[in-house]
Amino acid sequence: MISNYTKASSTRNLWSGILFGMGIVAFIDETVFHQLLHWHHFYDKSTTAMGLVSDGFFHAFSWFATIGGLFMFADLRRKKSLWMKRWWGGILLGAGGFQLYDGTVQHKLMGIHQIRYVENVLVYDIVWNVIAAAMILAGFLLVVNTRYEKNETVANAR
Amino acid sequence: MHADHSFTQAFQGFGSVSQILLTIPFTVILVLYLLAVIVSNRKHKQWPISRTILWIIGVCCALSAVSGPLVQRAHMEFTSHMLGHLLLGMLAPLLMVLAAPVTLVLRTLPVTQARRLSRILKSRIMGIISDPIVVVILNIGGLWVLYLTSLYEAMHQYILLYLFIHIHVFLSGYLFTISMIYIDPAPHRTGYIYRATVLILALTGHGILSKYIYAYPPAGVPRDQAESGGMLMYYGGDMIDLILVIIFYYQWYKAVRPRANTSKCKGNKNFVGT
Repeated sequence: MISNYTKASSTRNLWSGILFGMGIVAFIDETVFHQLLHWHHFYDKSTTAMGLVSDGFFHAFSWFATIGGLFMFADLRRKKSLWMKRWWGGILLGAGGFQLYDGTVQHKLMGIHQIRYVENVLVYDIVWNVIAAAMILAGFLLVVNTRYEKNETVANAR
Repeated sequence: MHADHSFTQAFQGFGSVSQILLTIPFTVILVLYLLAVIVSNRKHKQWPISRTILWIIGVCCALSAVSGPLVQRAHMEFTSHMLGHLLLGMLAPLLMVLAAPVTLVLRTLPVTQARRLSRILKSRIMGIISDPIVVVILNIGGLWVLYLTSLYEAMHQYILLYLFIHIHVFLSGYLFTISMIYIDPAPHRTGYIYRATVLILALTGHGILSKYIYAYPPAGVPRDQAESGGMLMYYGGDMIDLILVIIFYYQWYKAVRPRANTSKCKGNKNFVGT
């Protein structure tokens, strides 16, 4: 595969992944935890105004980002500048970042909802946020590993 | 609930009148579109059948929201009202925009009248009322006013208010769609980033309002209906916006298409694209 790796396409690969990763985690959260398992609630009675705004904004953004990330992916493929490893790094960063934000700020600080309405919710919180941190770490390693240096280096490395 | 009772009474008062008054304009534009297709097909090449079908389905969505069994239930039941809102304010406008009515009108009208119409479309006032941010304030702002004040309850008692709100919901939905995606000639185009930002803000406003309705039922709406109506608004809105966002990105995707054939650019290291 002959590729057109440039600084710009390198950034685009990363962002396409980040956007899609954020969207996919939000989607999984929505379908699996809200709709199928009913662990989360559509609306928690303790939700603050700020929490509601944050939730609404993030939902809208992730919905938009999922589709946008995939169209960017298609654009990169069309221009033959798709860099799968870096794209995956972006996905893990986006997915982990979103999950960590959701698990710490939205669940804990703003109290929009909890992961599950049980006694020992701390266990769930730890699992949730450790998974998020692991995804961020893996994503970070992949992104560092695929950092754009020079066209030739990248082309030779493949 | 006393409100249910007053809705029923009020409905019997003006229900059939409002249904007739709202059915007329939508029936008229349905017939006009079909006539325009027939007339312009004589002069030009065949108007795409898919567009005609989109228009018919779109108008039917609007009609089903302003007349017939759904309206009768919407007067008493908030969930049905919300289904009507999705059909009239979101789905019907989207389908009708995709049917490219302005393009059809421009090719049907005689040249002088078509020029006059395009001059109106190009006017400054049209630029202002089709600006994404203005449209979102009209559209989402209007919904906030409707459900957060006593307007929703009053709407079922005053026929003029009822008519105005329904026409506003449809028109602001239509304006919103044409300000986001360009199917018809759009003289006042705005950039992708601007539109993307405003679209996210609109989605946010719609989502927050849905959850707010769930938690704080509008005046005269029982809690269980507000909950199911709010969820319908949230997820139903998502489904329709999904189509809108896909079209938005598809237009972006086409616009940033590399000018040169990509196969020729393989060896060009400086090739970045747009």
